[in-house]
Amino acid sequence: MTRLDRRFDELKAQGRAAFVTFITAGDPDFETTLGLLNGLPGAGADVIELGMPFTDPMADGPSIQASAQRALGNGASMMKTLELVRRFRENDNSTPIVLMGYYNPIYHMSVETFLGRAIEAGVDGLIVVDLPPEEDDELCVPAMKAGLNFIRLATPTTDDKRLPAVLANTSGFVYYVSITGITGSASPQARNVEAAVNRIKRHTALPVAVGFGIKTPEQAAEIARTADGAVVGSAIVDAIAKEIGADGKMAPGAVERVLEFVGKLANGVHAARKAAAE
Amino acid sequence: MTGKKVASVSLTKANSLRGGPDERGRFGIFGGRFVAETLMPLVLDLDQAYRHAKADPAFQAQIDHMQRDYVGRESPLYFAERLTAHLREKSAAAGSKGGAKIYFKRDELNHTGSHKINNCLGQILLAMRMGKTRIIAETGAGQHGVATATVCARFGLPCVVYMGTTDIERQKPNVFRMKLLGAEVIPVTSGTGTLKDAMNEALRDWVTNVENTYYLIGTVAGPHPYPAMVRDFQSIIGEETKRQMMEREGRLPDSLVACIGGGSNAMGLFHPFLDDPSVKIYGVEAAGKGIETGEHCASLKGGSPGVLHGNRTYLLQDEDGQIKDGHSISAGLDYPGIGPEHSWLHETGRAEYVSVTDREALDAFQLCSRLEGIIPALEPAHALAFVTKLAPTLPKDHLMVMNLCGRGDKDVFAVADHLGVTL
Repeated sequence: MTRLDRRFDELKAQGRAAFVTFITAGDPDFETTLGLLNGLPGAGADVIELGMPFTDPMADGPSIQASAQRALGNGASMMKTLELVRRFRENDNSTPIVLMGYYNPIYHMSVETFLGRAIEAGVDGLIVVDLPPEEDDELCVPAMKAGLNFIRLATPTTDDKRLPAVLANTSGFVYYVSITGITGSASPQARNVEAAVNRIKRHTALPVAVGFGIKTPEQAAEIARTADGAVVGSAIVDAIAKEIGADGKMAPGAVERVLEFVGKLANGVHAARKAAAE
Repeated sequence: MTGKKVASVSLTKANSLRGGPDERGRFGIFGGRFVAETLMPLVLDLDQAYRHAKADPAFQAQIDHMQRDYVGRESPLYFAERLTAHLREKSAAAGSKGGAKIYFKRDELNHTGSHKINNCLGQILLAMRMGKTRIIAETGAGQHGVATATVCARFGLPCVVYMGTTDIERQKPNVFRMKLLGAEVIPVTSGTGTLKDAMNEALRDWVTNVENTYYLIGTVAGPHPYPAMVRDFQSIIGEETKRQMMEREGRLPDSLVACIGGGSNAMGLFHPFLDDPSVKIYGVEAAGKGIETGEHCASLKGGSPGVLHGNRTYLLQDEDGQIKDGHSISAGLDYPGIGPEHSWLHETGRAEYVSVTDREALDAFQLCSRLEGIIPALEPAHALAFVTKLAPTLPKDHLMVMNLCGRGDKDVFAVADHLGVTL
């Protein structure tokens, strides 16, 4: 059982949805990310997705592309991403951390070396956007054998015929991409999302978290009413970007202000089912 | 070094090097389908549609008709007599009395001025078969963008071309050409504003507009089936060459030379000859300012295997697996990757890959203009620069074919600039 499995079990027992947050490792610098990571659980994040910066993020919109460029411009690297996780784990042994990104930096390090280092640092799961089930033997199967969750994306184009293949080697949770498009673009229709989540749940007992295009506490709450989790990425990354001055440095008190925004989103998610029940 | 690999590959491919890729779209370890889940069903659909089309004689007849009447094929196989004589003099001066007989495959004479149209024609006919109503493409130098805009105009489909802002600045005539042809050119500012960023942006468009949109990739890269499909549409170059050389000389050529960015013109020339072991195959990458300077686009000579834009292949990347920008005088070779089949041909040793600098390409560009009355594009000028080095070392009965895959009209401003001439 991984931290992810335990966290989703706890949330299920409490009858509430998970609030999943995304930030890019090293955006705009190492210290800021570390400060945010350490503050996220207190601000209400149940699961943390940490973006592994990549020069060519094909599935991401302008916000997350820009965050990766900022990070890389300030010396971010896979080793530093793993170091951030290791430092976070010094103070928090229960909040699951999922690394999210693209395959090349992992492949370049070598899958075996990467998996060893990720587990050592305290990573719980991986989301690798450009590895569909057709390429499972690359990383998904070795990661599962090494004890990491491999979280698969399901999308509106994943039909019922394809869904079993997509879910076959998925663990931890299923990430439903609520729109056809890139991160941070159009917002999903709650009604479509509900139907999609129900469709996926007919095929799996895993929790289903929904992301792409969720920007406000209200939208997050709406998603959290039907899904097991709501993922917010671009909106948090935008809140970070707003705090960066012309010199590329964060304004004083920036981490606290970003965490305050995260807190509002968290309240939206956590109050969702209570509000629906009343 | 890699004789063993060739042998094992041959066994699984029924003694042919032309049987690839496998069902997973792999050439050895290269190729594959490294795309986001949203695109995966589309890529599978495309694979199936292409298989059906390939087996349909009516589809092939449609292509043949358009290749003849619209593109102007077949393109001539031309004996470059004065270049041959020039290089024989060079050989004699060096005391070796050789000098290969050089032929140009004249794909620069195609409509739109390069080999790019061969592929665009095949893919747009496929897109229409699939019922797609909107075409998107990426372009670097603008040649593929122009060819795509051309076939879209011809068949009445809306066309959106993604082009990096850096490339838009250095390829203004092609930008205007695309607009004249009715295409919408969308500037890409993300990343460094070059071809790889244009490809990222086209993929983002495709992931957003999955229902009606066909992504018309311009080279032998991307997720399977693109590398195989684009190769198939370009193989007409090598098939014609084979037939023409048999008519002219009564035998196969001894060597083939082509330039490589993504590598579609080269794959088109090479593929029909892969199973003819007497034919030596040379791919010429852009060494830019010199491979040792780090400012180059030689993915095979100066890169390492990685995964980008849907396939595993040799890439220019740093120690962290981040993609590096290439540099070449030729915008058409300015891509940090290479088609996966080339990576495989490189590792198996079937083809040899060499590189040529900006300077050498510029010299060859001028030499060809003066000796043959043909202004080549800067891309095949790289292939030509290698020909001028190799041919003098070979005997006079050696038959060499170079793919003159594009004409140089688009490059005259850039070349003038490099030569310090103000127009």
